Amino acid sequence: MKICVLVKEVPDAAVEKKINPSTGRMDRSGEKNLNPYDTHAIEAAMQIKEGGAVPVEEIVAVTMGPESAVRALHKAVSLGADRSVHLTDEAVAGSDVAATGYALARTLQRESPDLVLLGQQSDDGECYTIGAVVAEHLGMPSLTQVIKMDIESEALRCERQAEYGYDTVQIKLPAVISVGDAINEPRYPSLKAIMGAKKKPLDSVSAADVEIDPSKVGGENSAAQWVAAKAPPSKAAGEIIEDEDTDETVEKIVAWLDERKLI
Amino acid sequence: MANILVYALHYDGAINKNSLGAVSEGAKLAAELGGEAHAILLGENVPQDLAASLGKYGAKKALVAEGPEGLAQPLVDAMAKAIADGGYKYALFGGGLLGFEIGAGLAARLGAGVAMEVTSVRAENGELIAERPILGDSAISEIKYRSDVGIIIGRLNAFEISESAGADAAVEQLSFELSPHASQATMLTRGEQRGADVDIEGADILVAGGRGLGKAEGFELAENLAKAFGGNSAVAATRAVVDAGWYPYAAQIGQTGKTVSPKLYLAAGISGAIQHKVGMQSSENIVAINKDANAPIFEFSDLGIVGDLNKILPKLTEAVKAKKGA
Ligand SMILES: Cc1cc2nc3c(=O)[nH]c(=O)nc-3n(C[C@H](O)[C@H](O)[C@H](O)COP(=O)(O)OP(=O)(O)OC[C@H]3O[C@@H](n4cnc5c(N)ncnc54)[C@H](O)[C@@H]3O)c2cc1C
Ligand SMILES: Nc1ncnc2c1ncn2[C@@H]1O[C@H](COP(=O)(O)O)[C@@H](O)[C@H]1O
Repeated sequence: MKICVLVKEVPDAAVEKKINPSTGRMDRSGEKNLNPYDTHAIEAAMQIKEGGAVPVEEIVAVTMGPESAVRALHKAVSLGADRSVHLTDEAVAGSDVAATGYALARTLQRESPDLVLLGQQSDDGECYTIGAVVAEHLGMPSLTQVIKMDIESEALRCERQAEYGYDTVQIKLPAVISVGDAINEPRYPSLKAIMGAKKKPLDSVSAADVEIDPSKVGGENSAAQWVAAKAPPSKAAGEIIEDEDTDETVEKIVAWLDERKLI
Repeated sequence: MANILVYALHYDGAINKNSLGAVSEGAKLAAELGGEAHAILLGENVPQDLAASLGKYGAKKALVAEGPEGLAQPLVDAMAKAIADGGYKYALFGGGLLGFEIGAGLAARLGAGVAMEVTSVRAENGELIAERPILGDSAISEIKYRSDVGIIIGRLNAFEISESAGADAAVEQLSFELSPHASQATMLTRGEQRGADVDIEGADILVAGGRGLGKAEGFELAENLAKAFGGNSAVAATRAVVDAGWYPYAAQIGQTGKTVSPKLYLAAGISGAIQHKVGMQSSENIVAINKDANAPIFEFSDLGIVGDLNKILPKLTEAVKAKKGA
């Protein structure tokens, strides 16, 4: 079985995210990192491989992004992927969710995976839905927010929380699954794995290499068009107490609650 | 014709509240565009009167399709068929989870534009423009559609329910074919309630706990504080701790849990993710205790305490008890 894991490079959690007013796109300068949610997808792939219920020949990390996204792939490899594929092309820059999912599906098609794993959300895009788009293009069944996944020869038994409680769904392979962050506790990469990551095969492909129709990708061709960005309605900032002396802090909280007749 | 197709999720004989909101919103927007809102329901033997009842929320028609419930891909097939037959310009979904998956799948199928987490929609020059908060709600983007069909997925509780004494919706059967991949998923069990059946919806004071409580036993701190408040108080939780099995699903607040608006919402060890915020942001007073000064919850709390809950909660519990005794 071959598992592809979709990973994304995102601004580091400590970097303030903002919009570049001249392009209307996200300002992607500043420190970047592998999307933390994607480490759960890599870990899920590793656990299938190590679990031994089915033989896993290969785990391939796949990303779409600028030059710098290579570092996210190195990180993915240090966490266990055997090799990686980088779709990078000016033509796909600025793609919306639907176009990104299409481009990733084209890239995955070449790999013919038995299972595609994703994270529950990207830290910057926050769409939760790339998996559903990819699955539709690949003609595969899919489920998002999966927190338990048992593999049984030709199918997966998946659990996830939906609107009315927990659902258990059987999904036949090949399939596209986005995993929730409760599915596992990702491991830390070993120093050796970090050092070795750059030596693992990394295949850089263009839009043409994976037969992406250029009229379907990129900011100008995306069907959802950003027309403006504005600031949210401003809300009076709340009061903040830094806890130094806890007795004093508690006294202040009680007074605050008492003033509002909450005790 | 600028008709709008609205997905209506139903379960256990009732329509989901967020779907009622979406139908109401769809009807309002369709009227502004000079068209109609139609609802679509899919399931095994969907009750006719349930479908017809959507007329009260403004749906002129209710399309009923037969298929497996609780899964997204059958609805992608059904909605794609309805759109091919009926010339809809927009597809609209209320907040939740299934709607996200269906809407995104439909966007892929139709080559349509999609916006999710939409908090408001307006009609302008015969088109709809969707507002979507981005970057942890620090900015709002406005989205228009270049495609023949535009897909709008609402944020939880974004669309208000508006009910009137309107006529029943005309119920029509929709026949469609399940695509091969849609038949590769089978629901084994649905809607399992994990943990005790606690009732938190009527509480005036909610002490909510998150991953910052450290372990299941950490919830004792929250329970003791709730007890100290006494009266009509209860303990709530985030998805992170419910998924981890630390607290019952029935106590979960947020996108796939409950929506509450108590007099006081005291959050301890909760980061304030958007999916949690949408279930509690209309609380009258929000107090947050978090050791990380940059936690998003401080952006929408009335009183924020930067500190360790393990130090603060026990003393706060004693202080509340003392105050009540006084
Ligand atoms: C489709 C979808 C649906 C979702 N639905 C829901 C939903 O219904 N409800 C929901 O809640 N979430 C939901 N989520 C998950 C949500 O995105 C967050 O992951 C979740 O709310 C985080 O829970 P948390 O705040 O407990 O954990 P974390 O985000 O891990 O936050 C823990 C916080 O505790 C603080 N902390 C740690 N130790 C201490 C200490 N000693 N003292 C004080 N503070 C401390 C940390 O600083 C941190 O801010 C959903 C996600 C998706 C993608
Ligand atoms: N540009 C990208 N390249 C590879 N994978 C991506 C990309 N964008 C999103 N993903 C994957 O899709 C998941 C969900 O992202 P999103 O739908 O943007 O919230 C992420 O956790 C990644 O696994």
